[in-house]
Amino acid sequence: MALLQISEPGQATAPHQHRLAIGIDLGTTNSLVASVRSGLAETLADDAGQHLLPSVVRYMENGSTLVGQLAKEAAADDAMNTIVSVKRLMGRGIEDIRKNEFGSYEFVEQDTTVPRIHTVAGDVSAIEVSAEILKVLRERAEKTLGDELSGAVIAVPAYFDEAQRQATKDAARLAGLNVLRLLNEPTAAAVAYGLDKKADGIIAIYDLGGGTFDVSILRLNRGVFEVMATAGDSALGGDDMDMLIARWFMQQAGISDDADHAQIRRLMREARRAKEALTEAETVSVAVERKDASVWQGELTRSVMHELIDALIKKTISPCRRALRDAGIAVGDVEEVVMVGGSTRVPRVREQVEAFFKRPPLVDIDPDKVVAVGAAIQADVLAGNKPDEEMLLLDVIPLSLGLETMGGLVEKLINRNTTIPVARAQEFTTYKDGQTAMSIHVLQGEREMVQDCRSLARFSLRDIPPMVAGAARIRVTFQVDADGLLNVTAQELTSGVQSRIEVKPSYGLEDAEIEHMLRDSMEHAKDDMDSRKLREQQVEGERVIEALQSALQTDGDQYLDKAERELIEQSLSELQKINLGEDVEEIKDAIKHLEKTCSAYVERRMNSSIQNAMSGHSVEEFES
Amino acid sequence: MAITLTEAAADRVKAFLDNRGKGVGLRLGVRTSGCSGMAYVIEFVDDIEDSDAVFEEHGVKLIVDPKSMVYLDGTELDFKRDGLNEGFEFNNPNVKDSCGCGESFTV
Repeated sequence: MALLQISEPGQATAPHQHRLAIGIDLGTTNSLVASVRSGLAETLADDAGQHLLPSVVRYMENGSTLVGQLAKEAAADDAMNTIVSVKRLMGRGIEDIRKNEFGSYEFVEQDTTVPRIHTVAGDVSAIEVSAEILKVLRERAEKTLGDELSGAVIAVPAYFDEAQRQATKDAARLAGLNVLRLLNEPTAAAVAYGLDKKADGIIAIYDLGGGTFDVSILRLNRGVFEVMATAGDSALGGDDMDMLIARWFMQQAGISDDADHAQIRRLMREARRAKEALTEAETVSVAVERKDASVWQGELTRSVMHELIDALIKKTISPCRRALRDAGIAVGDVEEVVMVGGSTRVPRVREQVEAFFKRPPLVDIDPDKVVAVGAAIQADVLAGNKPDEEMLLLDVIPLSLGLETMGGLVEKLINRNTTIPVARAQEFTTYKDGQTAMSIHVLQGEREMVQDCRSLARFSLRDIPPMVAGAARIRVTFQVDADGLLNVTAQELTSGVQSRIEVKPSYGLEDAEIEHMLRDSMEHAKDDMDSRKLREQQVEGERVIEALQSALQTDGDQYLDKAERELIEQSLSELQKINLGEDVEEIKDAIKHLEKTCSAYVERRMNSSIQNAMSGHSVEEFES
Repeated sequence: MAITLTEAAADRVKAFLDNRGKGVGLRLGVRTSGCSGMAYVIEFVDDIEDSDAVFEEHGVKLIVDPKSMVYLDGTELDFKRDGLNEGFEFNNPNVKDSCGCGESFTV
């Protein structure tokens, strides 16, 4: 029996055609899914009534996976196969990972640029790990909403670059979700509070999660959110508060620093319980078991906790100051402050944020759920459940997009904070006389030099007709779709030759690659591709060999002297030999070499065939 | 001629209307479509038409257009939970046969 939901006036759908859409907050520590039902946006709970899904995936020996609480509980005992905080790895290359600390995982370097983590169930990429989390959320939503989903909006941090956005989109597709749009997390939080209904204004989003802190300054301008600045600390969150409180317990109970893992876990759990209790209560009683099984019982008051965590909260205020400075605004310009992340429930955090921004922050919506709720509201609009007059929310590009020009400089085509979708074109020209190819290096970032920006993709435009330097007109077009994903096209305007790239952020996956992953045959994708490329090249080689052999047979002696013919036959047999090999580039080179050797011969044949065609006719006949 | 709703349904409708911030009640109706003849319509109402019939129960206005009334007379609207799924259900005495999913029916 289908259970029905209330639609907006005139928006009721036909049976079995419900436009069910969800919003997802794919967090570093926890993930959530929300949906709008009967006009009300709510996060969806699992069978046990839990809304938060810990973003932890454990790979088992038999190839199955555990996601969420069960995986989280095993994180300490089976650290190598239990992936936590995978969001930090999204869209990251092996180089980025080396620079950072990513726990104890064993990374596998492969010929693709996507780093993989070695587990008992095989090597997995960050995209695949995220897809496992998304799959669980998708199944939960389908069970709750009672039908298949038409699409999802996924929230991503405002500072995510193209590669990280593409990786998130790939993960969603792998999880069987149709991505309606990626939405910046601070924008989602603002939408949850309905701030997009205002005409304009500046909004600060203070997001203190379990392990990360972000502050974003948004400017709303005629319904468009622009990210003015972001700042934060990727290693600062509620877990650090728990750690400080746990340390205090240890001091009070006389537990030495060399406590084992299990004991530290128990201490952390007790610390978290105490912290959460102090949101409502002024004091909380605490019991901590020592190694010798004796129990320390004590009390933690709110004011003691404040002393413990004040320094930590202060550390969030300086990024706030920095963000305001980067945005070029004063505290007084901020019209609303939105609180996001479970750690903003701590009353002291609210006090300090209010003191800094000089206004009470918005806290009515559960700060754990606010991003998912905003994403769900946006998904509901995009799925077509709202009357037309509800404006579609536009988003902006977080970082400028450009390309490399001579001397390692970056030429920006699309500046940051441009609203999307957008397309921008610019003309470039050749640098050298007779230049026939141009390499296009796509970059993202605000800096001026190539090495300071992030490399997204490289491709080349070939077959530019030889001209003097500066005569070629090469138009490069950057196009960004509503999800913030990029397409680059280069075209030489006099000849029309064109080349394009379907954004290949260096660390994303190609469509073909994804399909293979879906069929669980990821390893073969590249082999298949390579053998296809090789075969294509061999066919081309065979074509050249055949054509030349038949020409030589017809008129080889007529146009070539003995030495010339020998030279040609030598490179012909060279190509015949190489064409049987497996090196695509070598075959290409051999074809090129042969073509060069034959050029004089080809020219003579051409000239004579023109003469044959013209013999008996006057030149004037050909001029009309 | 009457349409009724359970208390559970009324509570939910009130909550949804509050959340929406506007609207005078709930429109119940039928339209011809679906896999088994007719389909239910359940929408928020901002404007009541002159020809609409209005029923009030548990503090909720139920609004029905005259064409739908023929097929809905005697219906009770309920709010139910089924595992994780929850939503409204029409208990309609006029229904002779409905498709497996219950979203459409014949009279």
